Amino acid sequence: MTQIITTTVSSKDKEVKISRELPTAIIGERINPTGRKKLQKELKEGIFDTVKKDAIAQVEAGAAILDVNAGVPGADEPALLLKLIEIVGAVTDVPLCIDTANPRALEGALKFYKGKALVNSVTGEKDKLETVLPLIKQYGAAVIGLTIDDDGIPKTIDKRVEIAGKIINRAAQIGIPIEDIIIDTLAMSMGSDDQAGKMALDAVTAIVETYGVNVTMGCSNVSFGIPDRESINGAFLAMAIRCGLTCPITNPLQEEVLKAILAADLSMGRDEYASRWITFYRKRMKKLKS
Amino acid sequence: MAEFPELTQAVIDGNAKKVLEIVNEELKKNATPQSLLTNYMIPGMLHVGKLMQEGEYFIPEVLRSAKAMRGALELLEPLLGQGADRQSEGYVVIGTVDGDIHDIGKNLVAMLLKGAGFQVNDLGVSVKKEVCIEALKAREGKVILGLSALITPTLEEMPIVIEALKEAGLRDRIKVMVGGAPVTQEFADEIGADGTAEDAAGAVDLAKRLMQS
Repeated sequence: MTQIITTTVSSKDKEVKISRELPTAIIGERINPTGRKKLQKELKEGIFDTVKKDAIAQVEAGAAILDVNAGVPGADEPALLLKLIEIVGAVTDVPLCIDTANPRALEGALKFYKGKALVNSVTGEKDKLETVLPLIKQYGAAVIGLTIDDDGIPKTIDKRVEIAGKIINRAAQIGIPIEDIIIDTLAMSMGSDDQAGKMALDAVTAIVETYGVNVTMGCSNVSFGIPDRESINGAFLAMAIRCGLTCPITNPLQEEVLKAILAADLSMGRDEYASRWITFYRKRMKKLKS
Repeated sequence: MAEFPELTQAVIDGNAKKVLEIVNEELKKNATPQSLLTNYMIPGMLHVGKLMQEGEYFIPEVLRSAKAMRGALELLEPLLGQGADRQSEGYVVIGTVDGDIHDIGKNLVAMLLKGAGFQVNDLGVSVKKEVCIEALKAREGKVILGLSALITPTLEEMPIVIEALKEAGLRDRIKVMVGGAPVTQEFADEIGADGTAEDAAGAVDLAKRLMQS
């Protein structure tokens, strides 16, 4: 059996542990203006109503961690990111996943954040390894490593395993322990390649077998371009959890998604007395009646 | 739904085998490759773009039609002469900007442009501005440059490419269209692009307008 590695992240008040022996830790994806034009407009105007609403709703729905992305075209990303962290931290108590490709924004956010943040992300690209990993070390954060390198997205599973290894080794060299690395094997859209789902699932299996690390994935992307996305996302997530996915970045506000995750956790023996599932069921029934 | 000729319908259905069969039959009956392409196949692909725009068709179906198109094009292209007498809507150089590896949207636009009769030089993803310039220089006359970006940080690459066009003295004969989820009309205007579109079918209309402007 592969070893179990536990990743811990925290906010000021709350600690979240991620491991294959625990229920799936959902990283809520909604606080991200990419492709959300209304949210972009609000953020540009300094309006944070949607952010607050999304943060609270995701946590109520079961998100253990919230991804926070401030990438609005033409906006001052470092400043906006700080603002978002402050606002989300004020209305919820979960740890945050700081999602930025801007090193200056990342450093500012890590300095400001209270607790042990998760960072989204580093890749196997040379300049990313050199700029992001030292910040992770300096601020004692955990980081998501995307299996991409200077040659782009790998076409084979072996290459993804190799890049994950490169990130893990490089991190180890500067003193970042393996439990602070979460690998993202990149789930591409099955809408543009009908083999992409299987490839992603096989990659999760291979990474877990090889390194034992925790694995994340942006799981909403798999259904891009195909109708009834929620059902696909749900089925894919359940299968990925069986393969070793422990902390998907997804939308817990989609009922199908949440259902699939909770049912998968129960099926994997990670829901004692089925209590999470039953609580969720009662909540749904109550909502139906009202 | 409107009635289409059998070949057009086969393209719309993405039935690669049937498209090839009909093309072969028609060629035996002395149909010209040019007419098969312009009168039957391209209208099929344009309709696919329209169906996608209307939310009727999904990405895998567009890809299936594009594949059916490609199969028949391989057969037709050698017969179309050396390209000289082939009517073209225009020449497009397309790519996802440096630092960005998203390609679904860019590929869809490239496919629909090809389907609509444009010649397309697809430079792929994470394309350095120097590579763009080189590809544009290699072609005389009016050329469209299509730039795609899906993540916000790489949007900033778009004005850099436009600036590089100016420096290379190419801006006058190159029409720039930009696209991708974070791109807005406002952004396109701000960086001095010649246009943007809401979706892939819109990009084809835009390219046609840019060729006429």
